[in-house]
Amino acid sequence: MRWGVVTFPGSNDDHDTVHAIGAVLGEPVVPLWHEDRDLHGVDVVVLPGGFSYGDYLRPGAMARFSPIIESVATFAERGGFVWGICNGFQVLCEAGLLPGALIRNRDLRFICRMARIRVEETDTAFTCRYARSALLSLPVKHGDGCYVADHETLEQLEHNRQVVFRYVDPSGAASDRGNPNGSLANIAGICNAERNVLGMMPHPEHAVEALCGGDDALEMFKSVSQAIRQGLPHRQSLAISDR
Amino acid sequence: MMNFDEQTRTATATDAAEHGLTPDEFARICDGMGRAPNVVELAVFSVMWSEHCSYKSSRVHLKGLPTTGDHVLQGPGENAGVLDIGDGMAVSFKIESHNHPSFVEPYQGAATGVGGILRDIFTMGARPIANLNSLRFGSFDHPRTRYLVDGVVRGIGDYGNCVGVPTVGGEVYFDAAYNGNILVNAMTVGLLRADKIFRAAAAGVGNPVLYVGSKTGRDGIHGASLLASAEFSGEEEQKRPTVQVGDPFTEKLLIEACLELMEKDAIVAIQDMGAAGLTSSSVEMAGRGGTGLRLDLDRIPVRETGMTPYEILLSESQERMLIVARAGGEDIVREVFAKWQLDAEVVGEVTDDGHLEVLFRGQIAARIPVGMLTDDAPAYDRPQSEPSDFEQRQELAIDQLPLPEDYNRTLLQLLAAPNIASKAWVFGQYDHFVRSNTVVAPGSDAAVLRIKDSDKGLALSVDCNSRYCLLDPYVGAMIAVAEAARNVVCAGARPIGVTNCLNFGNPEKPEIMWQFAQAVSGIRDACVALGTPVTGGNVSFYNETEGRAIPPTPTIGMVGLLDSVSHHTTQWFKQEGDIVVLLGRGREEIGGSEYLALVHGRVAGTPPWVDLSLEQRLHKVCLKAITEGLIASAHDISEGGLAIALAECCITRPEGALGAVIDLEPAMRADAFLFGESQSRILVSLERRHLARLRDIAAAAPFDIQVLGEVRGRRLRIHPHVDVDVSELREAWTTALPRYMDKGNE
Repeated sequence: MRWGVVTFPGSNDDHDTVHAIGAVLGEPVVPLWHEDRDLHGVDVVVLPGGFSYGDYLRPGAMARFSPIIESVATFAERGGFVWGICNGFQVLCEAGLLPGALIRNRDLRFICRMARIRVEETDTAFTCRYARSALLSLPVKHGDGCYVADHETLEQLEHNRQVVFRYVDPSGAASDRGNPNGSLANIAGICNAERNVLGMMPHPEHAVEALCGGDDALEMFKSVSQAIRQGLPHRQSLAISDR
Repeated sequence: MMNFDEQTRTATATDAAEHGLTPDEFARICDGMGRAPNVVELAVFSVMWSEHCSYKSSRVHLKGLPTTGDHVLQGPGENAGVLDIGDGMAVSFKIESHNHPSFVEPYQGAATGVGGILRDIFTMGARPIANLNSLRFGSFDHPRTRYLVDGVVRGIGDYGNCVGVPTVGGEVYFDAAYNGNILVNAMTVGLLRADKIFRAAAAGVGNPVLYVGSKTGRDGIHGASLLASAEFSGEEEQKRPTVQVGDPFTEKLLIEACLELMEKDAIVAIQDMGAAGLTSSSVEMAGRGGTGLRLDLDRIPVRETGMTPYEILLSESQERMLIVARAGGEDIVREVFAKWQLDAEVVGEVTDDGHLEVLFRGQIAARIPVGMLTDDAPAYDRPQSEPSDFEQRQELAIDQLPLPEDYNRTLLQLLAAPNIASKAWVFGQYDHFVRSNTVVAPGSDAAVLRIKDSDKGLALSVDCNSRYCLLDPYVGAMIAVAEAARNVVCAGARPIGVTNCLNFGNPEKPEIMWQFAQAVSGIRDACVALGTPVTGGNVSFYNETEGRAIPPTPTIGMVGLLDSVSHHTTQWFKQEGDIVVLLGRGREEIGGSEYLALVHGRVAGTPPWVDLSLEQRLHKVCLKAITEGLIASAHDISEGGLAIALAECCITRPEGALGAVIDLEPAMRADAFLFGESQSRILVSLERRHLARLRDIAAAAPFDIQVLGEVRGRRLRIHPHVDVDVSELREAWTTALPRYMDKGNE
């Protein structure tokens, strides 16, 4: 299997993501350039964090027009795994691959700190190795991480169990106190209805080594590897969303 | 703006005065040139001979600093210093001021300060891996302080976050003495291969000179060079157009493009365009190489039409670099920069006549011997005199100070003081995770980064207590070096090198010059004693408004090396039952302390006594104990003294606060015991079974240690004076700064 990590002009965590996959997880990883249309046969595409195009206009609004995004959309349509982290999540929303939008944080400032999140769904390729309701510590670092969507979209997300991660307080409750940026329903990450595209604001690539920021997210990377090897789980989950 | 004929007309003494040159300096120019310069040439002289670019008041003093040592691969004189850290790796690092622009326009001033120091580092061939900063603001009573804090912090954050370099540490102080002149000192550390250092000495007659990066606009003309070379007079609003405007996105592309180009065989020399832009970068490259340089201004990428030679030469537009390529290397440069969507134009060539020659529309707009602009620039040994109130300031009758009635209250008051309170409000706006090297994030004595593909780590700290420096600049500067070193020692690292940012008032005043000379001597003596050479830095004079100077503020940036990053140590207590041991011994001294300023409203006395050989022994003891695995936590005792250090050990633990019980008979006034800031002290905690070994190490040094008590419970008890619940301490410490910052919005 092979991972692909996209670099847009202004991507920062591309390096970190490649490090997490290559050096820590020990799996093959290919850097993908934003002007490429060829995904070089990868099994999963990661859109990393950073400030693609300097966040000009809106975060993700320019990157969404990069040539590679067309290929990523086709790849996703065919069931390929796409993982958007932070700026990557913003790009996925701008590109219409995920519903909703990410706007300025509630207190209008960039925030950088460890956040507590709860794994809401384990039947995705990204979380299949976690226990339901597992509590993880992951860094958040963003200025525009407040997830918003209209009422109908939110209902659908909840109904289809597309909310994969929620911010929680130290007791594990999805309270206002545990919400770092004002996201609707404490949403930290969502997947599409087909469950093969995930967007999340917290940074799993910064949480794979005990020495640097802890390793609570290592199982996320391992989940994806396992899902690809076993051909799981998006086909299964299609059935869930049809219910 | 003047047309070409006006610019090439012969300059007069009046023009010279308008450009900040003295009559003597103008005469010297005419003499050296053998004629009067034209207006463009005069402008070139004015920026190159400005205090900011020429170091004319400081050069004679800086020569005394130790700049060599086992680790030094590059000392002062290049864009940044470089230290060898073994395994074929090296670090490049430097600190620089952006004080004046940040006061005039805090957001852009601070942002471009970060941008400028980043360029100095990647110019050396290093991948920037960490930013730090030292910030000084006025008192919160001053109406402008909140605005400045907010703008500077956002500026630093937005720039550093966007370029993808973690901001891992720094210091923030508040003092009314900075009401009219804030300080923004930015430091960057980069990692490179020891055998791949890039330098900025032009070479090879006929080699092409390439301009890369952003286009040149009319922003920042006379920005850093002249804005930073004169006092403020209360008309700062009008100077806003001289502040440069930053674009971190372009900087990010420039970093990637330059580092990618450096992997190929195309570069002879590379230099960033900082203060005085194209002028200083071309002159400095030619000066270092002993060559000449011809520039054709018609080929400079400009973002506005009708720009004159004067404007193009002096523009301080950001995110630009100058590269001397090997002949035939132009296409490689163009190809790499095209990939990153940046301009790369051949704008001139290296010549052999030792002159800077500037062409505009086929005519010579300026022609100046390079040596006059560099080595032969004026250097002044300005008169010095001890300030008349120097001795008076040091007077402090400690016996006449009333003792606090309630030590719990005093402790809480100190914890909530802006200078001691948690700075999470500030560093919580900076990305400190990016690049996945951060082992110890902001909030301990020093930041620690691991070096990928090796066992090594770096510990980084920036320090200065300017109150000490005001009371005695020599001792204060020594303490700044000692404390910065102590901080990296607490993190488990051996201090290996220093960069400094010397912030002072107007050097034309003998009292300021005296402070400067004293501080440089203090840095010299401390760096010699602690074996930490100075590899570069920056001097910022004229930090004065309406004749009032800032306290002398020689900021020290320290780099420490951990041979094994697994030895990294943090300041907070780890577990109940560990014993608390003081390495060192307090003296009855409260001169210059935060306690004296906050509780008694006085900045007086002599700064704490410091003995560098004692300090050195402390470092040895602490490092040996850490590398032997004895130590659970180590924390430097600084502002607020022993009581504050103990409180910080209790409350900064990320997993939740721990209490401590301290039982020691103080042989001095209780306030001096609790809040005095005696130097050369580190507070450690360890398992009881390691105590005997620690005693052996200390005895061999020899060095004094004392068992103070034990980590236990949920209260901090310092018998018989202090007894407070740790959650109350934590509350006071964490909520203070957000409360100060939000006040303006109520």
